[in-house]
Amino acid sequence: MTARMEQRFTDVAAEGRPVLVTYFMGGDPDFDTSLAIMKALPKAGADVIELGVPFSDPMADGPAIQLAGQRALKAGQTLAKTLELARRFRAEDQRTPIVLMGYYNPIYVYGVERFLEDALDAGVDGLIIVDLPPEMDDELCIPALEKGINFIRLATPTTDDRRLPKVLENTSGFVYYVSMNGITGSALPEPALIAGAVARIKTHTQLPVCVGFGVKTADHARVIGASADGVVVGTAIVNQIASSLTEEGGATEATVPGVEALVRGLSAGVRAARAVAAE
Amino acid sequence: MIREQYVNQPPKPNSFRAGPDEDGRFGIFGGRFVAETLMPLILDLQAEWNKAKTDPTFKAELEKLGAHYIGRPSPLYFAERLTAELGGAKIYFKREELNHTGSHKINNCIGQILLAKRMGKTRIIAETGAGQHGVASATVAARFGLPCVVYMGATDVERQAPNVFRMKLLGAEVKPVTAGNGTLKDAMNEALRDWVTNVDSTYYLIGTAAGPHPYPEMVRDFQSVIGEEAKEQILAAEGRLPDLVVAAVGGGSNAIGIFHPFLDEGGVKIVGVEAGGKGLDGDEHCASITAGSPGVLHGNRTYLLQDGDGQIKEGHSISAGLDYPGIGPEHAWLNDVGRVEYVPIMDHEALEAFQTLTRLEGIIPALEPSHALAEVIKRAPKMGKDEIILMNLSGRGDKDIFTVGKILGMGQ
Repeated sequence: MTARMEQRFTDVAAEGRPVLVTYFMGGDPDFDTSLAIMKALPKAGADVIELGVPFSDPMADGPAIQLAGQRALKAGQTLAKTLELARRFRAEDQRTPIVLMGYYNPIYVYGVERFLEDALDAGVDGLIIVDLPPEMDDELCIPALEKGINFIRLATPTTDDRRLPKVLENTSGFVYYVSMNGITGSALPEPALIAGAVARIKTHTQLPVCVGFGVKTADHARVIGASADGVVVGTAIVNQIASSLTEEGGATEATVPGVEALVRGLSAGVRAARAVAAE
Repeated sequence: MIREQYVNQPPKPNSFRAGPDEDGRFGIFGGRFVAETLMPLILDLQAEWNKAKTDPTFKAELEKLGAHYIGRPSPLYFAERLTAELGGAKIYFKREELNHTGSHKINNCIGQILLAKRMGKTRIIAETGAGQHGVASATVAARFGLPCVVYMGATDVERQAPNVFRMKLLGAEVKPVTAGNGTLKDAMNEALRDWVTNVDSTYYLIGTAAGPHPYPEMVRDFQSVIGEEAKEQILAAEGRLPDLVVAAVGGGSNAIGIFHPFLDEGGVKIVGVEAGGKGLDGDEHCASITAGSPGVLHGNRTYLLQDGDGQIKEGHSISAGLDYPGIGPEHAWLNDVGRVEYVPIMDHEALEAFQTLTRLEGIIPALEPSHALAEVIKRAPKMGKDEIILMNLSGRGDKDIFTVGKILGMGQ
């Protein structure tokens, strides 16, 4: 586990609140705006950054993230440029963990060894690769762990107690609990169900459990954050970006401030999650 | 085309029919590259499939439906006039186009819906390109009383209108997919999204020998009836095996079905025909093996049409059924070990072959096997009159007559 990830979870836990994990698509709507968004996230209260790597065929994503990926690809984003985003961010912020999230093919084509070296060099702390289940650990998970990069796994409602140990075996950093079966951006299920699922996962692991899929508002963040170690917000941020763009999909003056305002609200939500005032 | 990473060819195996291994791999190809939500379901499916394939009741049910519902065995037909016209090898067609619903697709659909029933699933989803698999899925869903949703690229909905109508008549819901170019790849993405959302109730009836393990193996085994029958039939007709077996390859289910029983017959040369579209120089083709490179998409590693960043290209073929930027993983492996040769055929060559067969034999082939036929037309004259070619005539062309009529400028 990279020291940065562990440190961040320890520090936030000491504040008595859940971690706020924020996702955005690298290169959406263009490289420079996306770098500005990335830099704005920690200032608005994000604790961990999930940096989306665009892919032409995002099978597990809903329309919002599909469109964000298409905008990024159209603007010329590549895996190499997404690593460059991380590197440029890291030059100014040495403490906020960066997790790359995407699909395996761009990494496979880039070359696993070369990718891991470049990711480590760019200051990347973890990977979430949607289409690499534990059965495929030899591909990227094991090599990443050997290099000291976290491999964060998704657990879902279909991951039963029989399967959980296998899913958790090589997971590091944190566990990302996907609160429903489905694609990103769907509706949020009952908080009680989520709390039960988090408790179930925690009987199998010491790792922090973050919950995502469906968290859209500060109130959601507060409710989920009551039981989880962290709250992941993705589609809401991507939608915020999309709503600020010109008809041609270009950035406007409202793009970065819009994300800042949303994340500030979400941050207030996680800070109210356990009725413990922080900061 | 020489690829650097394959300068060291993998060693020749003792049998070409032993794969996949228990992780679903054919050499480096295949595997299970899916989201965690689907993993438990895929493992369940594998367990059910392992039980079914050795269960005599399952086999009996499959054979009964094969004989009385599909119309198996399909005939082996000696194409006398085409053979005479080309003046070389004797040409035999395995007439899969005479099956119920008009193509080989029904073989797989019957098998998979029996599995879905065994698993207690109550809803069927499928993706389709040409609409042949969609029609076959809608047909078996009607036959077994299950609701069926078919995802079809918006472009394909337009160019395969007769099949869309058939699916609707059969009670299926056809959902046009507008993402990307609106072809088979996009339909498959959307079907996977549906599956991941409705994982408890839904069975995903994949139409080709691709996707996560165990689909490539399962679809191959359901389609291998084509090759097994053809082997017996050609032995009965000629007293020996063919010199050459040819089939068209999109995802590759009809091809693997006829190839597989011949893979260990050393004297039988095997050729898979890819869609060369408008030529391999640009991006307007679907020749994944001839012009692609290894990558991971839709649950498996295989040859893909992609750019240097690993983004999947759209591809193009006159035939909606071949319009897919990947290929089944077993074909990728058969190419790398050198057992099967894969060649491209251009749109215009397929179109010519389509007309040749229609006029000479009174058989209107689908545009997919027209690609295989174009290769046969190239090779037969160079072979001896005592040599034998076996071709999989995988589908009938009723669905394509409007597309072809439009291109040929024929009046309505």
